[in-house]
Amino acid sequence: MSASNLEIGPIFRALMRNKVGAILIAIQIAITMTIIVNSVFIIVERSQKMTRESGIDEANTFHIGSSAFAPNFNHQVSIEQDLALLRALPGVVDAIQINAVPISGSGWSMSLQTQAGAEYDGIGSAIYMVDENGLNALDLELIAGEAFVASDIRWRQRGQTDWPEQAIITKAFAEKLFPDSEWASVAGKTIYINDNEPMIIKGIVDKLQAPWVGWDNVEHALLSPERLAFPTVRYLIRTEPGMRDKLMPEVEQALATSNKGRIVRGLRTSAEDRERSYRGDSAMIKILTTVMIILTVVTALGIVGLASFSVNRRKKQIGTRRALGASQGAILRYFMLENFLISSVGVAFGAALTVGLNVVLVNAFSLSAIDWFYIPIGMITLWLVGQLAVYGPAKKAANIAPAIATRTV
Amino acid sequence: MFGYYLKLALKSIKRNPILSALMVAAIALGIGSSMTTITVNYLMSADPIPEKSQQLFYVQVDSWDPTSPYNDDNNDPPNQLTWTEATNLMAAKKAKRQTAMAKSGAVIEPSNPDDKPFEASIRLTFADFFPMFNTPFLYGNGWDQQSDLARDYVVVLTREINDKVFGGENSVGKNIVIMGQNFRVVGVLDHWQPVPKFYDVNNGAFDETEELFMPFYLKEELELPNWGNTNCWKSPEGEGFKAFLRSECVNFQMWVELENSQQEAEYLDFLNSYVSEQKALGRFARPMNNRLSDVMEWMENQQVVADDAQIMLWLSFMFLAVCLLNTIGLLLAKFTGKSAEIGLRRALGATKSNLFIQHLVETAVIGLCGGVLGLALALLGLQGIGALYGSFVEHLTQLDFTLVVIGLGLSLVASIAAGLYPTWRACNIAPASQLKSQ
Repeated sequence: MSASNLEIGPIFRALMRNKVGAILIAIQIAITMTIIVNSVFIIVERSQKMTRESGIDEANTFHIGSSAFAPNFNHQVSIEQDLALLRALPGVVDAIQINAVPISGSGWSMSLQTQAGAEYDGIGSAIYMVDENGLNALDLELIAGEAFVASDIRWRQRGQTDWPEQAIITKAFAEKLFPDSEWASVAGKTIYINDNEPMIIKGIVDKLQAPWVGWDNVEHALLSPERLAFPTVRYLIRTEPGMRDKLMPEVEQALATSNKGRIVRGLRTSAEDRERSYRGDSAMIKILTTVMIILTVVTALGIVGLASFSVNRRKKQIGTRRALGASQGAILRYFMLENFLISSVGVAFGAALTVGLNVVLVNAFSLSAIDWFYIPIGMITLWLVGQLAVYGPAKKAANIAPAIATRTV
Repeated sequence: MFGYYLKLALKSIKRNPILSALMVAAIALGIGSSMTTITVNYLMSADPIPEKSQQLFYVQVDSWDPTSPYNDDNNDPPNQLTWTEATNLMAAKKAKRQTAMAKSGAVIEPSNPDDKPFEASIRLTFADFFPMFNTPFLYGNGWDQQSDLARDYVVVLTREINDKVFGGENSVGKNIVIMGQNFRVVGVLDHWQPVPKFYDVNNGAFDETEELFMPFYLKEELELPNWGNTNCWKSPEGEGFKAFLRSECVNFQMWVELENSQQEAEYLDFLNSYVSEQKALGRFARPMNNRLSDVMEWMENQQVVADDAQIMLWLSFMFLAVCLLNTIGLLLAKFTGKSAEIGLRRALGATKSNLFIQHLVETAVIGLCGGVLGLALALLGLQGIGALYGSFVEHLTQLDFTLVVIGLGLSLVASIAAGLYPTWRACNIAPASQLKSQ
């Protein structure tokens, strides 16, 4: 089919006689494309962020806090009793005391470095203080070196500032600390905390995220072999599959009744931690999705409205064309093609605007730059939306009877 | 005349119900989405204490690591103070009013043995806190400066805690057991929730206010834990709570009240001379970098308005633009459809300006309908945001009178702006050409 058969010339000249309507639709399509493509890009980024794994057995893990208030409360004895009680409960895989919970939003971080001395820069990592049951309770896989044993574990008193001699770190942190070494060979090396306190890397675990999901170093974690003799402590409990919800009230009850000199509080599952930590991202995804859908509908309805109007206005012309021998297909094609021309201008303009908005977002809100392939996909989508929207009115136009040409309106 | 135009407008709207409904819906959706995001941004960037926000200043001094700045991206000093600075600057008393503060928490044991002990959040602060921030009192008052220094066991409760522990009665003078110690209640606050919670944006700019307020130095006395954000560049020298308190870790906020720019300059001078003294003692190795920021400057510096909220604001404005373009197109269609009628009226003597006003009234009616519907949609949208974000946005999803006026005004202005070109086109129809074709 040659260009002349497609009647681009007459369509274009007709469009030029009624520029404003066409321009309005083109701008609408351009802005709609800008919003939709940027939204999709943000949605994809956020979803990718949300699918990252924390490394722990999220579905079967919960945690609970205990705050002592009674005078002369013996923290060490209480913690040992609590752990014995928790570990003996049927359905509990393991339980530990821990200073902070992965992806929960609050915790400790320290800076670690490979050379001693205040003049060297360190790399930030989350710190988890755990005992020899830590790897099992957190569901971590040891991929190099050795796990902690009972004799490695020490008590940290309140206000105590020195560090144990050993640590287990994540693979991601090992690779960041020693970029030139094979990660497996990092076990046994020494790193420094507090500028110059040595810690020997006893083992490496596959994956464990920091408490803060938005942190650049979220994959950096260090396990420190210790229990905390603090008045406010937290226990993390891993259960057998399906046992979590049954065990939660039992654990709360058991801890509350075993010692009246403290309160238990903050009973929460790791699944809930995830939901809270990613709530902003998940909300943004839902809002942007809604906006995209409504916006597409509005733009499509606008196209339908204007196309119907222009069909109505040209009823007599269409009838005349039909009477002069134009087929129904030709009429349908005319309106589809007209819309295609308008959409093309719109999406071309929209592509530039999309990149423009992305540049603004990158500069103002440190979003990442958009991948190129989003642009053509967006263009094709808007073309399709335009064609679908105009199909109804075009079909109506095609059904106009040739006899109408003989009537006066 | 206006009444007649209104009648004509309603008639015209009724004649094309689908087209009119489309326009109202488009404006409503645009206004609804913009008003939702405007509300969230407006409340996030609100001045939490308008009567005094230019007299309250947040204090920053650069006590950070000699070898690396607190913030790699800019030259800002740390956003909190050490215990040493907080207590020294308070002791100097160089401002009209001043308060250092910190967040903490402790267990309350209600006197009624049936009520379980529970944990409450604490704001450790000074007597000046209450007059500085105009806190409303339901009963009693804050403590006096004597109690600050004497480290009295006095406490101000929020209304919620007073309801919980004392059943809402006037508890001033009564005892309450906190951390195993007997505290005397001196005051009960009425509902007080500054949005943003400007006095401590480090620990959640839209968090609830703390449940208890007590003298700052009790931190040392009772070894109260750090609940807020704590940052250290150097580990404490020595062991124990006191060593930690005297370390270079920052965990404290400080506000001063200064009445004019001269006092502000004087206070900054004082900070500089204080830091010089400390430098002589071997601390503060970084270049002199002290700051005073008033409330709104501090909100700006701490980027209290969330990025996502701003992104959505801009997207919703673009959304509104699409809806308006849509409306322009539809109005154009509608008015062109009326060209015969317009031609007739012109021929019968109606002036261009008569017709212009008539059609503007018609667009304004559509705009207002869209605006009212849009506000309803905004309420729905805010509820949606409330459901999606949970308690975090509890104080950010309420439409107030100003916002309703802004919403209706925006819809009116937007719809009239959208109506101008179609109206102008409609008025310029030559009467003769229209009458001929009939």
